[in-house]
Amino acid sequence: MTTGHELKAAIVRKERSAVEVVEAALAAAQAVEPQLKAYIRLLPERARESAQKVDDRLRAGEEIGPLGGIPVAVKDIFCVEGEIATAGSKILENFRSPYSATVVRKLEEAGAVIIGKTNMDEFAMGSSCENSAFFPTRNPWDPARVPGGSSGGSASTVGAGSVPIALGTDTGGSIREPASFCNIVGVKPTYGRVSRYGMIAFASSLDQAGPMTADVRDAAQTLAVIAGHDPMDSTSVDAPVPDYLGALRSDLKGVRVGLVREFEEQIAELDPRLAALYKAAYADLERLGAKLVEVQLPHARYGLATYYLIAPAECSSNLARYDGARYGRRVDDGGDVYEMFERTRAAGFGDEVKRRIVLGTYALSAGYYDAYYVRAQKIRTLIKSDFDKAFLACDVIAGPAVSCPAFELGAKTQDPVAMYLMDYFTIPMSLAGVPALSVPAGYVDELPIGLQIVAPAFEEGVMLGVAHAYEQATRHAWSRTPAVVEALGSRS
Amino acid sequence: MADVPIDIDHVARLARIALTQEESARFSAQFSRLFEFIGELQGLDVSQIGPTAQVIPLHDVVREDEVGPSLSRDAALANAPAREGPYFKMPRILDGEA
Repeated sequence: MTTGHELKAAIVRKERSAVEVVEAALAAAQAVEPQLKAYIRLLPERARESAQKVDDRLRAGEEIGPLGGIPVAVKDIFCVEGEIATAGSKILENFRSPYSATVVRKLEEAGAVIIGKTNMDEFAMGSSCENSAFFPTRNPWDPARVPGGSSGGSASTVGAGSVPIALGTDTGGSIREPASFCNIVGVKPTYGRVSRYGMIAFASSLDQAGPMTADVRDAAQTLAVIAGHDPMDSTSVDAPVPDYLGALRSDLKGVRVGLVREFEEQIAELDPRLAALYKAAYADLERLGAKLVEVQLPHARYGLATYYLIAPAECSSNLARYDGARYGRRVDDGGDVYEMFERTRAAGFGDEVKRRIVLGTYALSAGYYDAYYVRAQKIRTLIKSDFDKAFLACDVIAGPAVSCPAFELGAKTQDPVAMYLMDYFTIPMSLAGVPALSVPAGYVDELPIGLQIVAPAFEEGVMLGVAHAYEQATRHAWSRTPAVVEALGSRS
Repeated sequence: MADVPIDIDHVARLARIALTQEESARFSAQFSRLFEFIGELQGLDVSQIGPTAQVIPLHDVVREDEVGPSLSRDAALANAPAREGPYFKMPRILDGEA
């Protein structure tokens, strides 16, 4: 798997032009697209123009930026000026973004070349990419299986090696779970670390954009580019962005790694093979010099129920804007304005979105607000204080990112709760707002599994440092080749 | 199976979504499983706990009330499902609801 920093180095050394690199990325993406369907839209013309600018700058002896010439994919939840942004929904099928998301602008200013918009569960609601209104995306390790979700297209295309870097979003696990399923690095930053301006909203107290990349160094570089305060997002925090590349390390001497007692019990019960894989990962961390300590998150078990009140409540409020009035689809059968609203939303939203809007509207409705929504917010306080206490005893937490390898398409579509359970190990961090990532940790049944590393708020540097040491010592992602890539034969 | 306390058709009206009978019945069965989970929360004593709406220490973020660059009228209207001159065109609102 070629990384972004390797591609950039080749461009800077003038071994390959940025145009050649982007043509290769487009060709690679197109070669596997019939099987994977990772993209809602490829943007070859925009990509060629951006790459040409990088080559022009290089020829003029100018800096090409920290991501200069690196092909990247962007989840279709982000606005890219002049391009369609669907959020995986029919209601936005023809919505053309009048401006770019701050993260997209920052990527392009850093020299990144956007090659396309990736598929996703509708409005980021799902864990398999099967809730896309257009088509499901498939897993490069086995096209009969899901890539995870909601950032499934981004995970699939990076996992297949078509691009080394993609943007995803994570509300309850939507970066980390697909990263685990597709054998890549996926980082959910601290809530408030990265601007959400121009990112289509699902649950505003939880949504966060982050990198999905070939390796930890690419993740650190991408986060360094997209992090920071944005006056256009009042929830972005005005705190300096540390040197994430400088935080990458090769040993773990002096690092206290917390293992969560409740998670270890749970994973042993769910799948002993995964439990064994994670035990081996903890032993690797220890060999690198880390001190393993046991910590507890006694309220994490309530995370799922808490999340499925808070996230739908926020979604029902955010998605009220899709009313057919100012943008998006409108269904008007000549009735009054309320009929227009109801028919527009009935036709425009898919099953899962409707389900969550109904659930969230209920949790916020008169007579139930205190019993459900406020109670969930109080339990969120307990979950957050569990993390505060745990981080008194450790620098990072390591644990499962997922409870199973990628599953087959259709396996969980009839049972929403089974799908919701996929996020058991990722939701508590989202509720607490702390940063967390998934890094490749090995294979079960020939399918990749990710290790989750979690840090206190705004300590992404420590988290990336631990992940880097582990990744470089184990190199799991480089030990095998995804099935769809192998089927194409060897390719640079 | 937990009891589902939701009157789905009522809530769908509040949410302005016209659900089919099939959707309404299916969601009802699915919520039944979900409320088994949600029911777990009712057992916790949270009487002394404050709610968390969001997790970062930011309050009342304001800025100077100055006009900055913004979308032109045409750009703002470019995605309108229906427009008339410089306006979004909507179905009748007054008198529309008999």
